[in-house]
Amino acid sequence: MLYTLRSQWLGNLRGDLLAGIVVALALIPEAIAFSVIAGVDPKVGLYASFCISVVIAFAGARVGMISAATGAMALLMVTLVRDHGLEYLLAATLLTGVIQIGAGFLKLGSLMRFVSRSVVTGFVNALAILIFMAQLPELNPATAGVTWHVYALTAAGLGIIYLFPYLTRAVPSPLVTIVVLTGVALLLDLNVRTVGDMGDLPDTLPVFLWPEVPLNLETLLIILPYSLSLAVVGLLESLMTATIVDDLTDTSSDKNRECKGQGLANIGAGLLGGMAGCAMIGQSVINVKSGGRTRLSTLSAGVFLLLMVVFLGDWVAQIPMAALVAVMIMVAVGTFSWDSLRKMKEHPPSSTIVMVATVAVVVFTHNLAYGVFVGVLLAALFFANKVAQYKYFYTTLSADGRTRTYRIVGQVFFASADKFTEFFDFKEVVDKVVIDLCDAHFWDITAVAALDKVVLKFRREGTEVELIGLNEASATIVDRFAVHDKPDAIDQLMDH
Amino acid sequence: MSQVIACIDATPVSGSVCDHAAWAARRLEAPLTLLHVLDKRQYPEQQDLSGNIGLGSRESLLDELTQLDEQRGRVALQQGRATLEEARKRVTASGTEAPRLLQRHGDLVETLSEMQPDTRLLVMGKHDENLGEHIGSRLETVVRTLHRPILVCTPEFKSPQRILLAYDGSPTTHKGIDMVAGSPLFQGLECHVVMVADDTKANRGQLEWARHTLETAEFTVTTELLTGQVERALCDYRQERDIDLIVMGAYGHSVVRRFLVGSTTTCVLRNAQVPVLLLR
Repeated sequence: MLYTLRSQWLGNLRGDLLAGIVVALALIPEAIAFSVIAGVDPKVGLYASFCISVVIAFAGARVGMISAATGAMALLMVTLVRDHGLEYLLAATLLTGVIQIGAGFLKLGSLMRFVSRSVVTGFVNALAILIFMAQLPELNPATAGVTWHVYALTAAGLGIIYLFPYLTRAVPSPLVTIVVLTGVALLLDLNVRTVGDMGDLPDTLPVFLWPEVPLNLETLLIILPYSLSLAVVGLLESLMTATIVDDLTDTSSDKNRECKGQGLANIGAGLLGGMAGCAMIGQSVINVKSGGRTRLSTLSAGVFLLLMVVFLGDWVAQIPMAALVAVMIMVAVGTFSWDSLRKMKEHPPSSTIVMVATVAVVVFTHNLAYGVFVGVLLAALFFANKVAQYKYFYTTLSADGRTRTYRIVGQVFFASADKFTEFFDFKEVVDKVVIDLCDAHFWDITAVAALDKVVLKFRREGTEVELIGLNEASATIVDRFAVHDKPDAIDQLMDH
Repeated sequence: MSQVIACIDATPVSGSVCDHAAWAARRLEAPLTLLHVLDKRQYPEQQDLSGNIGLGSRESLLDELTQLDEQRGRVALQQGRATLEEARKRVTASGTEAPRLLQRHGDLVETLSEMQPDTRLLVMGKHDENLGEHIGSRLETVVRTLHRPILVCTPEFKSPQRILLAYDGSPTTHKGIDMVAGSPLFQGLECHVVMVADDTKANRGQLEWARHTLETAEFTVTTELLTGQVERALCDYRQERDIDLIVMGAYGHSVVRRFLVGSTTTCVLRNAQVPVLLLR
C-alpha cells in the first residue's frame, strides 16, 4: 500500500505538480469552449472538468491520463440541452456514469479489441475535425461581434502558441497566448466577444445538487438514448486514450477498471452540476510531455483549475473568445493523426476506406459512436472478405475418366460459400465424384448448407458422391462441438 | 521452492549480498541466482512545459520517449551486466558452484513475486536510505508481499557463528523455530532463543518448548527471558553476546498499526548491525 502510494502518487512530485498546472491552464479554455458547444454556461464545463479530474485521479486505472469535459461528449448533448434544459443534462450525466460502471463490471472494456487501428485513427481524426468545426461559429462574420479584430487575435494567438516555445519551454505557450491576447483586448478596448458573454462562470466551489427532474419513466426515455451515446463515446475515447498513454509511458493499465472509474467520475460530475466527460487525447499528450506520470498530476490539474477559475473569475471573464479559438485550433491540430495521412499510400486500401468512412460518418452525424460502429462493421466485412479469399481448389480426373476428385483447401463460411458451390462442374458426366475436405474448414451452417446442396445436385444427376474428411472439416463449427475449449483445438483445426 | 535469490544492484552493499547468498547457497545446497532488475521508473522524467501540441505531436512524443528510454535502458543494461559479472566472480571465488545470472525488466516487487514459487531464500541488501520512518521503504513492501524467508544483509560479511531467535510465542515465531530446526542453514551454530515478555509460567513453558525443539535438532541452545522494550532488549542482548545474525518474524501487524505505532521489524532492521533473517 505504501509502495503504491509512492509509485502512483508521490514518485515524481515536482514533475507532476508542474504538469498539473500546465494541464489545468489548457483545460480552462477547453472546458469553456466545450460548454459553449453544448449550449450551457461555462461553469457547467468547468465544474465537470474539476470533478472528473479529481475523481478519476483516485478511481481511474490509467495513471497519468487526463479526463475532463470533452468535445466528443459535448457534441452529443446539444439537442438534449436545447430541447429539455440543463437539469436533464445532469440527469443524463448520472445515468451515463451508471451505464459505464455497469460496462466495467460486465468487462465490456475488452470489447475494444474489435476496434481496429484504422477505426481508432478515424475516431481521432474525426474528433480533431469536430473540435475544429466547433470553432467556426466564432470565426463566422455573421456572428455578432466578429470583426477583423477576431481574425487578427486568433492569428496572433496561433503565432504565439507555436513560436513562443522557441524562446523558452519553461512557460506554457497557451497561457502566454491567453494572457497577451486578453491584455491586448483590454488595452485597445476592442469590442470582441469574451468568455463572460458566454454565460455564468463559477463564483463558488461546486455544491452538491440532485438534478431537478421528475423521476419517472418519461424522463428516463428522454435521457436514456443520450446517456447510451454518451457512455459509449466516453468509454471509446477513454480506452483509446488509455492505449495511447500506455504506449507513451511503456506501461499497461486495466481497461475494465478504467470504465468503472470513468463512470464514477461522471456520477460525481452530475451531482456537482457538471456535464459528462471522458479522457482527453490532447490533454493526456500534453500531460505526458510536461512530465506528468502519476495520479498526482491528474488530481492537481483539477484542483488548480478550480482554484484559478474561482479566484481569478473576473479575469477569466475578460478572455477574448479569439484566444480560446486559437488554443482549440491547437488542440484540434495536435489531436489529428498526421501519420495517418502520410501512411495512406503504404496501408492497404481497405484500411484507408475504414478510416475515411469513420471520419465521414462522424462529421456527418456529429456522433462518434455511429462512426465507430460503421468503422467496426466495415473492418469486419473487409476481414471476412479477405479470409474468404484464402481458398484453393484442385480437381483431378481418374485415368478411366469415370471418377472426378475435387480437393478443397481453405476457409468455407458465409462469405465464401457461393464461390465454393460455383466451383463444381455439375454438367460433367462421371460415375463418381470424390470431394476431399481434409484441408477445408467449415466455419458455419451456411458452409454446411452449401455442401449439402452440392451433394444433392450430384445425386440428382445420378452421380455417386463420396466425402472425405467431412467430420474433421465440420469440427470447425466450433460452437457446436466446442473444440475451442480443448487445449489441442488449434492442432486439430490446423492439422487435419 | 528451490533456489537462493540474491538481489544485486550497483550499491556497495551488493558485495556483501553476494557473500551472504553464497554462504546460504552452500549451506542449503541450493542453486544460486543473482538477480538484477532494471526498473525504468527510477529514471527521472524529462519535462517540456511548453504545453502546446501540433501536427504529429503524439507520434513525435512517442519517438522521443522511446529514444530516451532506449539510451538509458542500454546504459543501465550494460551497467547491470557488469555488476552481475562482478558478483559472479565474487561468488565463484568463495567456492560456491557457479550462480545463474538473471536480468529482468520491470518492478522489483513484481519480479520477485513472479519468482516466488521457485524461491527458497531471498537475499537483499540493507540500503539505509530506503529504511525511512514510514513511507518509501521498498524493502518493507518486498517483505510484506513475499511469503518466503528474506535475509537482509549489512555491508560487511562475517560467517555467522551465533544466531539470535526473537521469539514471542506467536504462531509465526512458533513456525520460525520449527523452520530453523528443520533447515540446514544454521546447522551446528550456537543458538540463542530470546523472548521479551513478562516472566510468567506460560512464557517459560513456551521457551522450554523452543529449547526442546532446537535441541532435538542438535543445536546448542541458550534461552533467555527479558523484560523491557522489545527492540532495545533485543539489540542490547545481541551486542552483549556478540551475535552475528538475528532471526525474527516480520510485520505481524497491519499497515495501519505500523503507521500509528511503528514497527518492531523496521526498528530492529534499522538498528541491528548484523544481518536479519525475516520469516513470514
